[in-house]
Amino acid sequence: MGNETLYVPTMAEMMASGKTPDVLFWVGCAGSFDDRAKKITKAFVKLLNKANVDFAVLGTEESCTGDPAKRAGNEFLFQMQAMTNIEVLNAYEVKKIVTTCPHCFNTLKNEYPSLGGNYKVMHHTQFLKTLLEEGKLKIEGGSFKGKKITFHDPCYLGRANGVYEAPRELIKKLEAELIEMKRCKQNGLCCGAGGAQMFKEAEKGDKEINIERTEEALETKPDIIAAGCPFCNTMITDGVKAKEKESSVKVLDIAELITNAQDL
Amino acid sequence: MDHLLDNIVFAIILFAGIGFFSVNVKKLIRNIKLGKSVDRSDNSSARWKNMALIALGQQKMVKKPIAGFLHILVYAGFIIINIEVLEIIVDGLFNTHRAFSFLGGLYNFLIGSFEILALLVIVAVVIFWIRRNIIRLQRFWKPEMKGWPKSDGNIILYFEMVLMTLFLTMNAADFAIQHGNFAENHHYITAGAYPVSGPISALFSNLGYSTLVIIERTCWWLHIAGILVFLNYLYYSKHLHILLAFPNTYFANLNPKGQFTNVESVTNEVKLMMDPNADPFAAPEETESDEMPEKFGASDVTDLNWVQLLNAYTCTECGRCTSECPANQTGKKLSPRKIMMDTRDRLEEVGKNIDANKGTFKEDGKQLLNDYITKEELWACTSCNACVEACPVNIDPLSIITEMRRYLVMEESAAPVELNNMMTNIENNGAPWPYNQMDRLNWKDEA
Repeated sequence: MGNETLYVPTMAEMMASGKTPDVLFWVGCAGSFDDRAKKITKAFVKLLNKANVDFAVLGTEESCTGDPAKRAGNEFLFQMQAMTNIEVLNAYEVKKIVTTCPHCFNTLKNEYPSLGGNYKVMHHTQFLKTLLEEGKLKIEGGSFKGKKITFHDPCYLGRANGVYEAPRELIKKLEAELIEMKRCKQNGLCCGAGGAQMFKEAEKGDKEINIERTEEALETKPDIIAAGCPFCNTMITDGVKAKEKESSVKVLDIAELITNAQDL
Repeated sequence: MDHLLDNIVFAIILFAGIGFFSVNVKKLIRNIKLGKSVDRSDNSSARWKNMALIALGQQKMVKKPIAGFLHILVYAGFIIINIEVLEIIVDGLFNTHRAFSFLGGLYNFLIGSFEILALLVIVAVVIFWIRRNIIRLQRFWKPEMKGWPKSDGNIILYFEMVLMTLFLTMNAADFAIQHGNFAENHHYITAGAYPVSGPISALFSNLGYSTLVIIERTCWWLHIAGILVFLNYLYYSKHLHILLAFPNTYFANLNPKGQFTNVESVTNEVKLMMDPNADPFAAPEETESDEMPEKFGASDVTDLNWVQLLNAYTCTECGRCTSECPANQTGKKLSPRKIMMDTRDRLEEVGKNIDANKGTFKEDGKQLLNDYITKEELWACTSCNACVEACPVNIDPLSIITEMRRYLVMEESAAPVELNNMMTNIENNGAPWPYNQMDRLNWKDEA
């Protein structure tokens, strides 16, 4: 299906026509600029459109949440970003935010309130689960019926915020076989990207973290490694390539799994 | 009269042991208070619950079932057998023997349980020793565990073995006297149940009354003296966790693990910068104190908060954090346990400096950063929180790493080049990569 079907209103457009959407979709930097992550963004928008969700994006008014700066130790830059974003969000009277990036999710949910930004923030897997429960979205197994899927817990969704079940429930709805890795949920192993590591070479060691994690994922003999974070996605995709398994094992975001299953 | 002498010697040993320990506890509290203030007075019900479940209930210990189970044996033994210490103190001070024996059936039950626990403690401690020294579990053989930390771990195990053996030997000799029908015995009443030391006492079947009394008295004295020595050993050892686990779990962070603190002093400056009505040329406001402007982040232990310093004293170097750390697993230098050990070592050094200089710290040209913890360790962290999750007593090494990164970046501009590029990008175009903010919605129309 072509992109002409994507309906992506901006907050500015909404405001111009006197409307306030139910929810803001915070796309994030990866989702806006990274070629791989943009596919996740589009997959999620397809689902929002399909479920007739009244949403909007900030578009060119969105800016980095400041997460990588904060994890790197640059509190100044983080708070500058945060306060600028909060001004924009509050001007649009945003109440509810959904995002496909656990890092944006964590920062918006936990670190914005004390700076004046109070919103109900949801990860897209939580949001999709709600749509499902409200009957606005139907998920059918489709092409994933009986496929082996393992889920990699993003640190900033899992350990950082205790969200383990929403992504798993969605995978189960696909009638796929969910196989857990040796280390999962609270004990999940990081992909290696967090704490601003995404933007630098790793310190000297004897292995890359993403290879360690990918090997563990491959031990489950999966057809698909499911992710819920654009950075984990990149790290594990690279790991699968390094292991020369890209022809047999796909790395997909939960939103992509659902759109692919339904051939959207 | 010699009984009186015994009582006096006992009282002196007891008060000296407790007195010396109190002096060190004061020092410990003084050192912890060198940390910056942080408010952990909120939500006391959740805090009590954490303490009950995690410290008292050992909830996180049993995540590793073997170590967890053995630890519960030693822990239960430690707490329950200490009821016996109460009786020893009463006997020692008032020249009684088995002062609690009036409890009758309950007393038999208690002594019997202590004996079984003592045996289980010995078994558990021997297995712990084998895990450390024969099986050589990886986490006990990391670079930071060389020298004193390794000896410390073993000394604690020896202490426990010796104390339990003394306790059982003492009871065995007592049992032999109780059942020996010695005409000269007027002191050793028949009381207690001895499921473990009873059979052991068969070894003493050929010994006379006075020899048995010597064995019983020697073990009794060594046992109580050993306990007092062990109590005083705590301050110098990683074993402080048996006490500090309780306050540590109480004061631990209750927020989601992903939530890093927002530095308040930065908030004030950023607000001022963004205030359109602020006069950029205004003279800085007069402040009441002539304090140095606040340092951003931490380069030394006194820049950390008191909970982080309490964490350092609480750490018992089990290494669960390090064995879960993705950086450590892939051969990087970072070890969250070492972060805690370094923090404690430096804090002790600062404390000794203060003691030596009549209560004030004299600049020693050293700090936590570089002299103890290197940049290479700090930059290897992925902030994944695996260490925080793994800690059986809710220690938070990540918060220390973050504070030290803040110092490196905000005070020294010493981030790795790639991170500086990332931050410049965020500053210039609102994304960690060099893309134009005006292109943020281009994905919508791309094929």
